[in-house]
Amino acid sequence: MNDTIVSYISSLANIEFSPLFVFLIFLVAILIIVNVMALIGGLGTYAERKISADIQMRQGPNRVGPYGLLQFLADGVKMIMKEDIIPTESNKLLYTIAPVLCLSGILATFTVLPFSSGFILSDLNIGIFYLLGVSSLVGVGIFLGGYSSNSKWSMLGGMRGASQIISYEVPVTLSILAIVLIAGGLSFKTLVSGQTGFPNGWYIFHNPFTFIAFFVYFISALAEANRAPFDLPEAESELVSGYHTEYSGMRFAFFALAEYMEVFVLCGVASALFLGGYKVPFDLGGDTIIGQFLQIGSFFTKTLLLYYVVIWVRWTLPRLRVDQLMTVCWKYLTPIALFNLIGTAVWIWAFDGKSILSLILSIGASGSAGGH
Amino acid sequence: MNQNFDAYIPIIVLMTLGILMVIGALIVGSLIRPKNPNKLKLQPYECGEDPTGSAWANFNVRFYVVALIFIIFDVEGALMFPVAAVFKKFNEAGAGGAILISVLIFIAVLIQGIVYCWKKGDLDWVKSYQVDGNDNKVAEK
Repeated sequence: MNDTIVSYISSLANIEFSPLFVFLIFLVAILIIVNVMALIGGLGTYAERKISADIQMRQGPNRVGPYGLLQFLADGVKMIMKEDIIPTESNKLLYTIAPVLCLSGILATFTVLPFSSGFILSDLNIGIFYLLGVSSLVGVGIFLGGYSSNSKWSMLGGMRGASQIISYEVPVTLSILAIVLIAGGLSFKTLVSGQTGFPNGWYIFHNPFTFIAFFVYFISALAEANRAPFDLPEAESELVSGYHTEYSGMRFAFFALAEYMEVFVLCGVASALFLGGYKVPFDLGGDTIIGQFLQIGSFFTKTLLLYYVVIWVRWTLPRLRVDQLMTVCWKYLTPIALFNLIGTAVWIWAFDGKSILSLILSIGASGSAGGH
Repeated sequence: MNQNFDAYIPIIVLMTLGILMVIGALIVGSLIRPKNPNKLKLQPYECGEDPTGSAWANFNVRFYVVALIFIIFDVEGALMFPVAAVFKKFNEAGAGGAILISVLIFIAVLIQGIVYCWKKGDLDWVKSYQVDGNDNKVAEK
């Protein structure tokens, strides 16, 4: 039995919905989420340019709309008016499918993303496992895009992208496994509800191993979303623009949109798994509609703060070389993640799943009790 | 409609929406965008030169090695998820030690694998070796 947004609403309003209504409620909720996410993807490009301008002491976009806020709409209009080019020697079917795979893969992950305790489209009982599997479609899309173009730059970018994305999936999986061990479940509600609003109840501060696991996850997530300093598949100084060299207009726009939404999804997973998700230190009143909106606000605040860090990292650190990229993944992150996994398992077995802070407090309590 | 299948509706709808968004944008675009292709425009981009040969050529074997190592570790991840999900429950029931040992044995085999790959130099992207005066390989570094 999986909780969905429909079962939440029907329990709130005490009505049993007919199948047609179930579908319609899902459709409305999905349209809201997709529109908000497209907006976040669009504003992501704006934020990227504005923050980079800030870091490099420039103005950034400031002509279209107030503070240049509508720049992404202008970009969209420009993209849609561009000529659609399919190279003659390309594989036309795969060339068309590639952006679709990227976009569908990343949209499908929104099924399980926990925006609040009620507003999860569908809280599948294999939640995080499903998310990892579906988001791998992006890697397939990137490789197909590079392969089908029949251009050498695209091919190099696609090969690099595929090898990078699959390599960095290993540390991501292993650091998430450490959290699954503590929570004892795969669904996002189990993962979030095991944490408290206070930072000491977050899984990142549960024990020293999860603290390292968060950073391993975050670094690998940067690489999975092809973000700098790991943006080798689209390294413009060596590969023109990598796997989407031959793509123009809207097809390119969908690759870019998928990339920005993937950054949001990975930051959202980081905040749900490690930083308490939609919880804050005081009670938001999750049983009421206002409480749900406050929870959504809390989730978005945490996620967008991480999003800012991702952009900040991009404009601060230089790009890695390919051999350094592989060294970081296989010789540092993967062994560290394995060590974290073993460490967390032993920790749970040895201390009955208690967090480090509650252990220190209990030692302090027993110490003072013994003193009397 | 069965309650259990309700949970999977969003997946289908979202994936369909991904396809429809691309098709819709391309159809809307086809009404307003210019369309005057020529032979040079439809060539693969190669910095202004005429492209020589197809890009679908043989590729370096190290990508294959990376894919092989990945498959081993990804299958490991997939197999570990069910164990990780029930570990807490078993630990509370007092059977945590037995599960922990079996998990550790499983991971130890994999660690042995990664150590072997490391030792063989398959984790190095650029392999380097020393040569003597006659360009013969003497020692791998």
